[in-house]
Order: sequence, then structure tokens, then C-alpha cells
Amino acid sequence: MMMLEVKDISVEVSGHLILQGVNMHIRKGEVVVLFGPNGSGKSTLLKAIMGFEGYKVISGEILLGETRIDGLPVEERVKLGLGLMYQHPPQVRGVKLAQVAGRLNGNAGLIKEMSERLSLSSHLSRDINMGFSGGEMKRSELFQLILQDPDLLLLDEPESGVDLENISVMGKVLNGYLKEEGKSALIITHTGYILDYINARKGCVMIDGKMWCVGRPKEIFGNIRERGYDKCMGCDDRAQSAR
Amino acid sequence: MIEHNRQDNLEGRDRDTIVSTGMDFSEKDRSGSFLQQDSGLMFARSLSDGLEIMEIKEALEKYPEAVGYFGANFRSTGRDFDRETEGGYFIRVKRGHAIEFPVQACLFLKQQGFRQKVHNLIVVEEGAKAYIITGCSASHSASEGMHLGISEFFVHNGAYLNFTMIHSWQESVSVKPVSIASVGEEAVFISNYVCLKPVRDITMYPTALLHGRKARASFNSIILSHPGSLQDVGSRVALQAEETQAEIISRAVSLGGKVVARGHIKASARNVKGHLECRGLILPEKGSIYAIPEMETDYRDVDLSHEAAIGRINKDEIEYLRCRGFSPHEAQSLIVRGFMDVGVLGLPDKLKAEIEELENSTLKAGL
Repeated sequence: MMMLEVKDISVEVSGHLILQGVNMHIRKGEVVVLFGPNGSGKSTLLKAIMGFEGYKVISGEILLGETRIDGLPVEERVKLGLGLMYQHPPQVRGVKLAQVAGRLNGNAGLIKEMSERLSLSSHLSRDINMGFSGGEMKRSELFQLILQDPDLLLLDEPESGVDLENISVMGKVLNGYLKEEGKSALIITHTGYILDYINARKGCVMIDGKMWCVGRPKEIFGNIRERGYDKCMGCDDRAQSAR
Repeated sequence: MIEHNRQDNLEGRDRDTIVSTGMDFSEKDRSGSFLQQDSGLMFARSLSDGLEIMEIKEALEKYPEAVGYFGANFRSTGRDFDRETEGGYFIRVKRGHAIEFPVQACLFLKQQGFRQKVHNLIVVEEGAKAYIITGCSASHSASEGMHLGISEFFVHNGAYLNFTMIHSWQESVSVKPVSIASVGEEAVFISNYVCLKPVRDITMYPTALLHGRKARASFNSIILSHPGSLQDVGSRVALQAEETQAEIISRAVSLGGKVVARGHIKASARNVKGHLECRGLILPEKGSIYAIPEMETDYRDVDLSHEAAIGRINKDEIEYLRCRGFSPHEAQSLIVRGFMDVGVLGLPDKLKAEIEELENSTLKAGL
């Protein structure tokens, strides 16, 4: 069963065409990793799927399950089962992490348990991201996402700016959650560290706003690490796999 | 409990207005009460040892020292004051007494076109401690009214006073409070101002003179500005003795009205500290906030700073909360409530919860 279908979308940001005719799909229970050089449009794809203001889908369509979601407001997409982990979450002065946690999940026991597992107990009474370290922000993002319990998780560089110890804590929590709950996820990664913790069978490479190839994530990542994205550009497999 | 026959003179709506400034007629968790309507006393009484609360007229007749206090802060600063006042309260906390529950006082403007002019004296003797919550408000019938409130505070050595003023006026009322506090050695004066209801105009620039070593003062204000309102609200602290400290925090939200947020800290002694913080949000497309932080020093060894930020709510913050399932309206309301956090007022939990409740009900209606 399809969780997400992105059908030939083009996306404009501030009048610039960022994504051109992008296709991809994620099945229920499938974890897909998205690679690509800086500025290739990976985050733009996530934000367009999420429905951020200023990320305009000018052609194509996005389906979540059976429902067409492009054009719906962000909070409607959240209700339909989409959840996003920010790469750089903003500071929200005056709004406590506990307030948002309580809204995302009515189960106080789960809030307590997850906050302890992610070492965030003392952060609940603090303003969101105010004075949080890089690792704390990411743990707080993961914490909120698990409380929200969406069907499809969009993770924008979950490991960036996080030390190895924190990556291990987060990787284990995330993997446990994805495996147990049979969730679908789309994960952007630069460093590839997160691949050590999660079981992803599919990887995609995005270059210049186009989906370049699809394959096994560890293989793709190995190739990128060895030869860089330049080689992707001349890759022969592209034609077949990107369909 | 304020006897019912005393309350009978109040119409239901007036009663609600008075309650909206923090007056608790049950007097549960209160140490004393004072209510004046126009220029007439409705009631005044103390429920606590070491606390005196009465009409100013009575105090001036009874206590020669009250006469000494009357106008003293104006004389010491070379400022003039309006002597044509009628009414006001005298609150005194006796030496060494820590008053557990807040003292409540309310000045209520009832008659149409009435010009209420009061002079209040608040004396906290050496080592004493008190919380005072005072409301000033106007009846729905009091259009074209005017309120002039002079307040003089004397916070003696080692004393602590947390004074919270809540204003709840009407669109057609003009308000001019004038207040000067003198703060002694190692004494603490916290002055909070909360104004969430429409008013025609308010002009106030309360001053604290820290003349005793290690004295501290904080001024905190939370202002909601409705269309047509002008709130020119500032605070001034004179750091006159060594190791004194001042903090001025202002939070203003414009729903279309105009707010002038002034702050002035003057260092005229060594090793003093002062910080000004002004934040303002404008919710509709048009609304005015004018932040004017001022600092001056006569010495090198001082630590003075300020920060100010005014404008709209950051769109990214709204979007972030929408990503967590809040509607844009809920997200805005959550941010505004957090912005106007009464946590800055340094109140005991019970009173903090009461004021939070007042704020929530006003914001629910206002946003």
C-alpha cells in the first residue's frame, strides 16, 4: 500500500524553480533515505510535502494515502498523519515544550517516559529551543515527533550538529519506534551516520532539483563517499532507476 | 468577607469590573482590603497583625509621621505635585512584619465625567515584607472620566515590597498615575503594571530612587493596546547608592493601539547594575509601538545594558507550531500568552495564578 506518492511535482520558492518534475513514492512501513549535495532541493521537497508557506507546488500532485494533500494547510496535513523533524527549528519564546507535548499526546505517562529516554525531563518547563544545545534541539524534535505519532515521518538531517553519543541515543530510539510501529519515513542525511541505526532499504539521490537515482542506501552512500556526487551525474543507471 | 451591605452599593457589572482588577470580595487569601468609589470610601480594613490600611485623610489626622511622608518623595526630588486630591489610601506594614497574603486595594471610577484625584501612601518599615495588589478601574457608566493617582512609596532598610497594579479602564477614560518610590539599604521594590483593557490614554512614568546601598528595584509591565488607546508607560530608576540594581522589563502587544514604552536608568554611584528590556508585538497590520530606552552614568564602573525588539510575530514560529498541529490562530494565541507571561512579575504562586486567569480571560476576548 502506498503511503506517499509524489507525482511529477515542480516547486517554486520566491519565484525560483527549485524542484523540477520530481517523482517518488514511499510504501507503508518503508524507510527511504534521501541523499544529495547542498542546495540540491532535498529540504525543499520535505517542506513542499509538509506544506510550508512559500513552497509553491506549481505542477504535479502529492498524495498521502488516497488523499491529495498539496494545497492543504500544514495543520491539516498533520491531522492526516504527516510529521516533520526540523533541521533548524526556531526558538519559540514563551511557549514551553510541555505545552506542545501535551497537545501532541494526551498520555502523560508516555510524555514522561519519552522525555526521560531522550534526557529532556528538565527541558519540558523551558521555552522551546531557547538556550538548547544542538543535540538538545534534535532530541526535542524527535521527542515531539514520537509523541505526535504520525504515519509518515519526514526527518531533515536528524544527525546534523549532533555528537556521536547523541546520534546513538537518537538512532536507537528512532529505530525502535520505526520498527515497532511499522511507520514510513523519509530521511535526509549528509553524514550517513543515521544509516548505522535504521533499517532503510531504499535510497534516492537528488541533484539540481531532480530525482537522480534510486537504489540501496548503503551502496549509494558508499559510492558518494568514494567518488562524490560528480560521478552520480554521469551514472548510467540513472535512466532506469529514477523511473 | 466584605459584608454584603457594603457590596450592595455596587451594581453587578461594576462588581465584575472591580473583580477584574484582582479584588477578591471573599477576602480569602487576603491580608486586608481597601475600596474607594469616586472620592468616597466604601471599606478599608486590615486582617493581619502589623498591617494598617485606611483612608489617607484618617491617617493624616491620626499620625504625625503620615504628614511627614505626605509629599516627601516630591520634596526630595524637587518636583511639584497636585495638592487638590481627594481620597486615596494609607497602607503601612510595621517593622519586621512579613504579611503572608496580599493586601488588596481598588480605586473605582463610577460617575460620568468624574475627575478622581487621589494621593496614596505606602510605607513598608524596616525588615517588613508585603505584596500589594491594587486595581484601578472605571464603571461602564463613567464615560469621559479622569483618574489622577499620586502614589508615594517608602520601602525602608531591609524591607521588601511587591506592588502589582492592574488597570481596567474604559475607552473614554484618561489616566495619569504619578508615583515615586524611595528605597533604602538592602531593600527590594518590585513594581508590576498590568493593563489589558481599552483606555483613551494613560501617561505614567513612575520613578524609584535607590538611595540605600544594595537596594534593588524591578519594574515590569504587561500591556495590551486596543485600537484607539494610547498607553505611554515608562519606568525610571535612579541608582544613587553603591551596589544598587535595577531592572526594567516591558512587554507590549498592540491590537491596533499605540504604546510608548519608555525606560530610563541613571547611575549616579559606583558599582551599580541596570538592565532594560523592551519587547513589543503588533498583531494587526497597523499598530504603533515606540520603544525609548535611556541609560546614563556619571561613573565608569557601572554595568548598564538594554535590549529591545518590536514588530510582528515571527512567521517561522507560527509555522513551527502549525507543524505540531496547532491552527494559525491557536499558534498566535499561544505565542502571545507566552509573550505576556506573568512569570516575570515575581509573584507568589497563588497570586500569579489569579493574574494569569485574569489575563487569559481578557486575551480570550481580545484576540
